[in-house]
Parts: sequence; structure tokens; C-alpha cells
Amino acid sequence: MLLYLLRRLLYTVPIALSVGLVCFLLVHIAPGDPINAIVPADAPQELVEQIRRDYGLDRPLPIQFAVWLGKVAGGDFGNSLATGRPVWADLSVAIGNTLRLALVAALIGFLLGTALGGLAGVFQGSWIDKAAVALAVAGVSVPHYWLGMVLVVIFSVQLNWLPAMGAGPGGSSDWAWDAEHIRHLILPAVTLSVIPMGIVTRTVRGIVAEILNQDFVQTLRAKGLSGRRVCFHVVKNAAPNSIAVMGLQLGYLLGGSILVETVFSWPGTGLLLNNAIFQRDLPVLQATILVLAMFFVVLNLVVDLVQTAIDPRIRRG
Amino acid sequence: MKAAPPSASAAAELAVQARDAATRREGYWAGVRKRLARDPVTIACGVILLAMLAAIVFAPLLAPHDPYAGSMLRRLRPIGTPGYLLGTDELGRDMLTRLLYGGRLSWFMGITPVVLAFVIGTLLGLLAGFVGGGVNMLIMRATDVFYAFPSVLLAIAISGALGAGTMNAILSLTLVFIPPIIRVAESVTTGVRTLDFVEAARASGAGPFAIIRVHILGNVLGPIFVYATSLISVSMILASGLSFLGLGVTPPEPEWGLMLNTLRTAIYVNPGVAMLPGACIFATSLCFNLLSDGLRQAMDVRA
Repeated sequence: MLLYLLRRLLYTVPIALSVGLVCFLLVHIAPGDPINAIVPADAPQELVEQIRRDYGLDRPLPIQFAVWLGKVAGGDFGNSLATGRPVWADLSVAIGNTLRLALVAALIGFLLGTALGGLAGVFQGSWIDKAAVALAVAGVSVPHYWLGMVLVVIFSVQLNWLPAMGAGPGGSSDWAWDAEHIRHLILPAVTLSVIPMGIVTRTVRGIVAEILNQDFVQTLRAKGLSGRRVCFHVVKNAAPNSIAVMGLQLGYLLGGSILVETVFSWPGTGLLLNNAIFQRDLPVLQATILVLAMFFVVLNLVVDLVQTAIDPRIRRG
Repeated sequence: MKAAPPSASAAAELAVQARDAATRREGYWAGVRKRLARDPVTIACGVILLAMLAAIVFAPLLAPHDPYAGSMLRRLRPIGTPGYLLGTDELGRDMLTRLLYGGRLSWFMGITPVVLAFVIGTLLGLLAGFVGGGVNMLIMRATDVFYAFPSVLLAIAISGALGAGTMNAILSLTLVFIPPIIRVAESVTTGVRTLDFVEAARASGAGPFAIIRVHILGNVLGPIFVYATSLISVSMILASGLSFLGLGVTPPEPEWGLMLNTLRTAIYVNPGVAMLPGACIFATSLCFNLLSDGLRQAMDVRA
């Protein structure tokens, strides 16, 4: 197990490095000279060259990459071109908000998905199975940015029950777990939860149905085990793959939240990214993508390790 | 009892084999058709999608108004206004007309990346699976890197760096969909490559291209095709999502995602009209998803 752990950790290093490389190259696939994003177009030529040297933009790409990597590893993501503030200052606040939203959405989606998928798998062909399957297909097919707008129309505009945007009263971004803040969290979290709900429902349904068809379940029943004890064995067998799917879904939520955050003006990475795109603030864009992707890489690692810990038969090289 | 002459028995066996082969080949597609015919949901989705396709292809004939002509005098009319069946948008343009025209770009931007990724991904996957060794290593490790990004994030990152534009959005979505198609193609190819019938073909002198064309493509295309149809639904949502963020189509071009975005402020005045473009995206994506599920079951592939 220790050896596997080490190997899996080692495997993560090149992946993390390549993710860094892709993020680094993002700035360079952007049209135009990256220097144009830093200095105004009418700046004198000597000044442009001066800044080019200061930023190291005159050096070969591999060296620029190494320098950038070193800075990033030290937590220095540079300064925002739009505000001049260090990128990390805004990014760290935004990541907290995004994680909060994604975790709550994941919790809702996973609980509903597991319950629906489990019931659908046990009672295959029943009305509850059909309803769960229909709900799951709708969940993965709905454009969630649109669903968010529909929920706003119903619960904010028509019923006036819940706030339509922001993360707190008066647009504050300081979070607290009080009633007012939680009211702001409900609509975006529910909106974001439909995709993992759909996918987890489908997955758990398939896994449970497959396990129930296996011989060992019949043996357990024949041995006279109670329904609850049989259920325990089914859960134990369904857990590794279900957890793997859920882990990946949590990662997808980090990316998927961008659109939902835009709809609800949720002050997370999505909103930050959206602003960065419109102001062509490439350092912010780069840093946000990098940090979110790194979360995803670590999440993948954790999922693999947890999965292997539960079921040693699964080992990825 | 005397055995039949060897020649006659061999001929009989050949005949039986030929008949088996014939019924099997016919049997597969006949079975697929039979299973599809018994699946009203899939049929209905196919019909709805064809109707939508026809509607957007013949938009110039069907649309009652000019998609760009607005009027400040008739902004945000509700659904059911005489002459403006589905109301008007925030600039007074006819919604029905814009939804018909908007479908063209939405469908184009949703389907093109999947088609491009299907072609490129299948080629690379076949190459990786068939050649194996270092080539396989190179291609598959490169796809691993793309798998390290959540797909929505990657699409937005590439689009964001390239800037707004229909072609940039299509390019970024294509890049997002190539890796998963490579994985499916590679795993099927690797699985088939070492089977006896491929060995037999090679032993009887078939070249690599003949083997790929005759023996491998037949096995690979089914699963990838079904997988690709399931991607169309995601692609439609993402493509419209990029436009919704302002990264895809630029105004005043009609496109469902962009229309949804520009109508966002109208949800307080006329929520019914504001919800229409999203409902179109939802309907299309739902139908493609159900169609894909139906095809998967009918064609009996696991992908």
C-alpha cells in the first residue's frame, strides 16, 4: 500500500507540471503580444522594451516557464492588470466562496443522487425507478445557467422568498453561517446540484442493480441474512465506484460553478474569471485556472487513494 | 450408417456458415431496428430533433419577421401578442424569428466540435491503440493532461484566452472533446488488436490499413458513435454557455445562449419570454441525451 501510495504520488508530479504548462501557455495562445496587455498601446518604444525586459518577456519560453513556475510555487501569482493588486489577494477570497458553494451543492446532489439511485436500483421497473431515471436525464440535460434563471423567476421574482443574487446582505462578501447568508446560498447551490444529482443517480442505480444480480447476494439471502444485513453488503460493494464518480463530480462542480456564479453574481472564482476575461486580465485568468485545476488534480489523487483503501483490487498505475 | 462424402459435407458446412454469417449480419441491424421500433421515447426524440433541424434550416421561409429589425415601441411584448406569437425581446425583435435563426448557430456550435473531435479523436485513438508502444504512450499521456482539467473549466480557459468568437468557441470545445474520444477509441482498438481474427487476417497477408478498415473500424465506430451522440448534449449546453458568458457568438447575431444572456434583465418584466431560449437549449439537449441512451441500448454497446 505504501509503495502504491508513493507511485501514485509520483505519477501526480508530471500531471501537475503539465497542468502548469497548459496554464502558462494560455497567456501565449492569447492573440497579440502579451506585452500589449501590460502597457498602453501608445507607450514609447523604449519603455515597452524596458518593461519587456523587466517582465522577462524577452527570454526564451522554457526559461520564462521555469521562472513563472518558481514564482507560482512560492505563492506569487503576479499582480492583476486591472486593479494592480496581487492576484492571490482576490483569488483566495473567491476560492473560499466557490468551495463553499461547490461543497454544499455536492452534498445536496450526492445525498439526493444516492437515495434516488439506490431506490431505483433496488426497485427496478417500478414507478420510483422511472421517476428517478427521468429526473437524472433532466438533471444532466438542463443548461444549469438557465435553471438558475428559472429558479430566480419562481422563488425571487414571483414568490419573493429568496434573494436573487450575491452571497450576503447588501452584496457583502464576508461569509458567516447565519440565516441571511444561508438564504443567499440556497438557490445557487440547488442549481449547481442538479448535474451531480443526475450523474450520481444514474451511476448508483447501475451499480446497485448490477450487484443485486450477482450470485453472492442470493447466497446471503439463502443464508438467511436479514434485508438490512444484505443491504450492508450491497453498500460495501457499491461504495468504491460510487465514491470515485462523486469525487470527479465534485471537481467538475469547481468548473461548472463558473456559469452559475455568473447568473447569481456569486463572488467566487467564476465571477473573478468572468471579469478577468472581459478586462483581458491574463494573470488573473491564468492563476484562477491553475488553482482550480490543481484542486482537481489533488481531488483525483484523493479519490484514487480512498478507492484503493476501500477496495484493494483497484489499483491504478 | 455411411458418412456423407467429404466434399458434400464440407459444402454443406460452408453453406451453413454462409447462412449464419448472412443472418448474423442482417440480424444485428434488424435487431437494432426492431429494438428501436419498440422504443417510443427514442423515436419521439428523433422525430422532434428532425423537426427542429427542419425548422432552423428553413428559418428564412418560416420566420415571420426580420431577425435583426427591432423597434423601441414594441419591446418585451408577452407571449401570444398578435403578429408576435412568442413575444418580442429587449430590443423589440420578434422572438419566434430569433429563436428559429438562433437555433442555426446553437446547433452549428454544438455539433461541429463533436464531429471534429469524432474524426480527430478516432484517428489518434486508432493510431495509439494499433501501433502501441511509444506512440501509444505519447498520445495517451497527452490526453491525461487534458483529463486533469474539469471540461467546463478547460473550455472557458481556452476560449477566455483566445477571446470571443464563434470559431474560438468551436476550437476550444473541440479540444475538450478530443481526449475522451481518444480514450474510447484506444481502449476498444487495444482490446480488438490482439484477438484471434485480427491475427488470422495478418497471417493471411492483410496490411495494416486493410486490418484497420475491415476489422477494427467495425468494432470501434459503434461505441465511439454512441459516445459522440451523448457528447452532443453536453456540447450544446457548453457552446451556448460560452455565448452566455460572452465568449462565443457576438451580438447582434441570434444564438440561444447569447439571447438568454441579453434577456437576463427582462426576467422582472417578462419572465416568460426571457426563459424561451434556455427552454430551446434544454429541449435539444434532452432529446439528444435520450436519443443517445436509446441508441446505446439498441446497438448494445458499452461506452
